[in-house]
Amino acid sequence: MKLTLKIWRQKNAKETGKIVDYPIDGIEPDMSFLEMLDVLNEGLINKGDDPVAFDHDCREGICGMCSLFINGEAHGPDRGVTTCQLHMRMFKDGDTIFIEPFRAKAFPVIKDLVTDRSSFDRIQHAGGFISVNTSGNTIDANTIPINKHDADRSFDAATCIGCGACVASCKNSSAMLFVSAKVSQFALLPQGRIEAHDRVLNMVNQMDHEGFGNCTNTGACEVECPKGISLENIARMNREYLSASIK
Amino acid sequence: MAKSALLKSSLAKKYWMALTGLFLCLFLIGHLAGNLQLLVPDNALNFNKYALFMTTNPAVKILSYVTYISILFHSIDGAVLVFQNQAARPIKYARNNAAANSPWASRNMGILGTVILIFIVTHMVTFWAPMHFDKKMPLQTTTIDVQGQKQEFYLTTDGGYIPKAQVDQNAIIIKDRTDFYDGNAKVKIKEGYKDLYKITIAFFKDPKYGLIATILYVISMAILAFHLSHGFGSAFQSLGANNPKYNGLIRGFGKWFAILVPLLFAIIPLYIHFILKA
Repeated sequence: MKLTLKIWRQKNAKETGKIVDYPIDGIEPDMSFLEMLDVLNEGLINKGDDPVAFDHDCREGICGMCSLFINGEAHGPDRGVTTCQLHMRMFKDGDTIFIEPFRAKAFPVIKDLVTDRSSFDRIQHAGGFISVNTSGNTIDANTIPINKHDADRSFDAATCIGCGACVASCKNSSAMLFVSAKVSQFALLPQGRIEAHDRVLNMVNQMDHEGFGNCTNTGACEVECPKGISLENIARMNREYLSASIK
Repeated sequence: MAKSALLKSSLAKKYWMALTGLFLCLFLIGHLAGNLQLLVPDNALNFNKYALFMTTNPAVKILSYVTYISILFHSIDGAVLVFQNQAARPIKYARNNAAANSPWASRNMGILGTVILIFIVTHMVTFWAPMHFDKKMPLQTTTIDVQGQKQEFYLTTDGGYIPKAQVDQNAIIIKDRTDFYDGNAKVKIKEGYKDLYKITIAFFKDPKYGLIATILYVISMAILAFHLSHGFGSAFQSLGANNPKYNGLIRGFGKWFAILVPLLFAIIPLYIHFILKA
């Protein structure tokens, strides 16, 4: 495959970046998108140029490290996959592909396509946990009966890998899908109920503090989420926040 | 200790958008029910009675203040949301395929809402302001055959008639826009109806501007339809009502509401301009 890549290049957080064109040849349809970028970088390094910086880690769709806004969509045109699981067969020979970093005030660019998503960590620190007695008499989680329906929905919410595709896709750079998944995975379980009210208030406060936008229910996040996190979680967070606020 | 902010937080803004939006949906139904009377032939009196009721009934007055506040709050809150949301992404994408993941209306609520706000202001200047403030607002009259002679009478709220001739000769005086007094302006005799019907028909039948007014009205209703197509269902989501069991019902109702209400509103000026005989 022969392609034209239009990639956002930015030296560091301070300098302004720009889109740079890179023609590339010899791409196999079975390559993953990140492998295609590896090929590009090899060529750049051989020429003595600065390779394109991009985030990646497990390359099997579970770590949430890879990002990229590809041809106008987070993780590219495929559904239910991360960029590392996106294959070049999704594109045609001769295509022009735009590759940009996830854009949000709360995700500042560090270099090229690498963004600082530590705002998610700070939201998580604000309440995305349960307090457990670890003094030696910790109760096994499985001793508490939980109905299957709630356990399943909690698990579904917990499959969020925190990649930030929801923020990148949202026209408002809102982090509600991420935060609501983290709120929901605990709110649905008895262990999480104890701190449920403080959790939702603190996490939403932190989310607002980080400069994410407001949700306007376009539903883009749900469509682009590689893990299929449902908008039901945002509705649940809205309920949780309301009941915590009026208490 | 956790803080809550029922006005300032991102979620609270959604609650207020949803609550005011849903209240304005209810207002639309009430307003539409009244307007539809314009489609009934020879119904000027009933329409003017409705207009009188809407401007004087205490319960309706309270509701109307809630409506004004809702419109204001919905607009201001909406504007704040738009500015905050734009600030949340200082550098835009070079290529953004938003159509792949979200409906057009959902991404343009601010623009749609602004057009609707402009429509509301124009609409209030045209109909609401004369009804409330215009000192020269006409009162409803009717022509009756009296012994072979056509005479014009003012209709009064108690179902009576006052000959227009007597008013013209100052035997009866009109004060405070609607009140009929005796010639010495001392005793209030009766009260007339402000003729909103006449103003409405004249507005859409105006030989110069009637057609453009009708077209702009219909376009505004189309924009309202798009605004509602996202807003109605979105309000439920914002208030936390998202359950697969009922989502079909809410979305289905929202879809029909978004089509039917603006459509029925739009039919009225079309009927007045193109079908109704002056």
